[in-house]
Amino acid sequence: MTVPWSGNRIPWTLMVFLAALWVPWLGSRYDTFLGTQIAIDALFAVSLNLLLGTTGLVSFGHVAYFGIGAYICGILMKTYGVPFALALPAAWLGAAGFALVFGFFCVRLTKIYFAMLTLAFSQIAWAICFKWNGVTGGDQGLPDVPYPDLDWMSALPGLDGLRVSDRFYLLTLALVAVSLAALRRIIGSPFGRMLTAIRENPERAAFIGVNVRRYELAAFVVAGGFAGLAGALFGIFNRGVFADYLYWTKSAEVMIMAILGGMEHFWGPVVGAATLVMLNQQITSYTEYWPFVLGVILLVLLFAFPGGIVGGLVAGVNWLRRRGGGRQSA
Amino acid sequence: MEGGNLLEVRGLSKIFDGFAAVSEVTLAIAAGEIAAVIGPNGAGKSTLFNLITGHVRPTSGQVLLGGRDITGMPPHRISGIGIGRSFQRANIFSRLTVFENVQAALLSHRGCGRDFWSRSETFYREEARALLDSTGLLGQAQAIAGTLSYGNQKQIELGIALAGDPKILLLDEPTAGMSAAETRETLALLKRIARERSLTLLFTEHDMEFVFSIAQKIAVMHQGRIVVEGSPATIRADAEVRRIYLGSVQ
Repeated sequence: MTVPWSGNRIPWTLMVFLAALWVPWLGSRYDTFLGTQIAIDALFAVSLNLLLGTTGLVSFGHVAYFGIGAYICGILMKTYGVPFALALPAAWLGAAGFALVFGFFCVRLTKIYFAMLTLAFSQIAWAICFKWNGVTGGDQGLPDVPYPDLDWMSALPGLDGLRVSDRFYLLTLALVAVSLAALRRIIGSPFGRMLTAIRENPERAAFIGVNVRRYELAAFVVAGGFAGLAGALFGIFNRGVFADYLYWTKSAEVMIMAILGGMEHFWGPVVGAATLVMLNQQITSYTEYWPFVLGVILLVLLFAFPGGIVGGLVAGVNWLRRRGGGRQSA
Repeated sequence: MEGGNLLEVRGLSKIFDGFAAVSEVTLAIAAGEIAAVIGPNGAGKSTLFNLITGHVRPTSGQVLLGGRDITGMPPHRISGIGIGRSFQRANIFSRLTVFENVQAALLSHRGCGRDFWSRSETFYREEARALLDSTGLLGQAQAIAGTLSYGNQKQIELGIALAGDPKILLLDEPTAGMSAAETRETLALLKRIARERSLTLLFTEHDMEFVFSIAQKIAVMHQGRIVVEGSPATIRADAEVRRIYLGSVQ
């Protein structure tokens, strides 16, 4: 297993984070927009991967918790004027709460039946958000969710000249970084090891004393909570919350991010999210057949690098190392 | 329970869709005993094990461990109260390292699974190494479990089973799929571990040489029932056993 912070390794994650901090100063307004989108999608994809890659649970309804988080945060901030500092944790807890209720039923099933039930719950959630005019705005959605009050950032040195969207980018980046660090820590913990044991062999896991359903439910709740956090940020970023945030195609999209980047590695989904967002932007400016191009890219990747982009990179680096080692010994 | 029966099975039956896979099995294993259940394929040996370890719920009957009724408990609880088990095919965590396989079992058995904030690598390093040492796997601690030979994978499974510090170990065909050399090693390994840990063993096995060289008591199953039970000498001399194995007609 890789140990990310052992002394002789390059701290890639820290470097990427520090580089990303400079985007508002060095990049354009459009770069900040892309950066915010990538950060949010990265958190969403990593939260899904806690189920997909770590626990071996294929959830086709992860978007439900993303959307629920977005609605909770949006409704609290717009309808009730609750400050962001309270609305965000509320979205996190609310999404986790729904994940607890839905997950309670889902973990009773396995494999494709589990996947179908997660999908069913997400479609129910979507239908409710689409029709419940009084609370969610129904098919009109919830436009004009206000930006959080970020004036306090002016007090920080160097941040006073920034646009509000730049400030929100920095806030998003910090929140996503903290969330990813927490998820990484959870996956590396004894609890995380029990989840990998379940992924590898649920029968054996049960016979080392693991209550498989309960651990699966716990993973489902944690993943749902962080998806809700990502959703809450997305609602503000997009200046509104709409029912299509919960539509099932978005579950597929986030799953593509995880698989494209590589679900065997913690950072795989982050790379997948960045790749997909940037490809989407680049390719749609050349051709309207973006889904076609995406399909071809996925096909090539799945056959050439079944471990995703990060899996392919790691395999390549290991190969180079072996070759290098071979030459030295020769 | 000094000198008493560690594991007791009373009138245990399992009926699958009208077919009695196990019927009215009664068996008692004393603490420290090494017992074997033998019988032709389909005799119900694996089902009997699955009934004892909670993987299958019995239709009727009782399972007692140290006098306590454990009938119908889920496997994850049974594994926590002193029954260790290996499965017929090597049942391990294939993509984890050998070390992580054993360490995961230690983490779970010692109730650390709820800890979601500490670094798992730091837990029970010495205990895991000791277990790997006693199962002869120390040299391969960092190898990915699924890449090792079948014999090694069975050793890993033994290490996983021992991590719970069980009172009794149930081994479902410990030498299935092994070469002759691996079978000999496994025999020596099991003898040593049973002695060192004063373990009670209950196992099924097709290799008769293996059975007669380690078992102190043998029960013969046929068509879901225990037909004969006794010392190796008794079983060797029994006409019924010969009939079952050689299929001779009266």
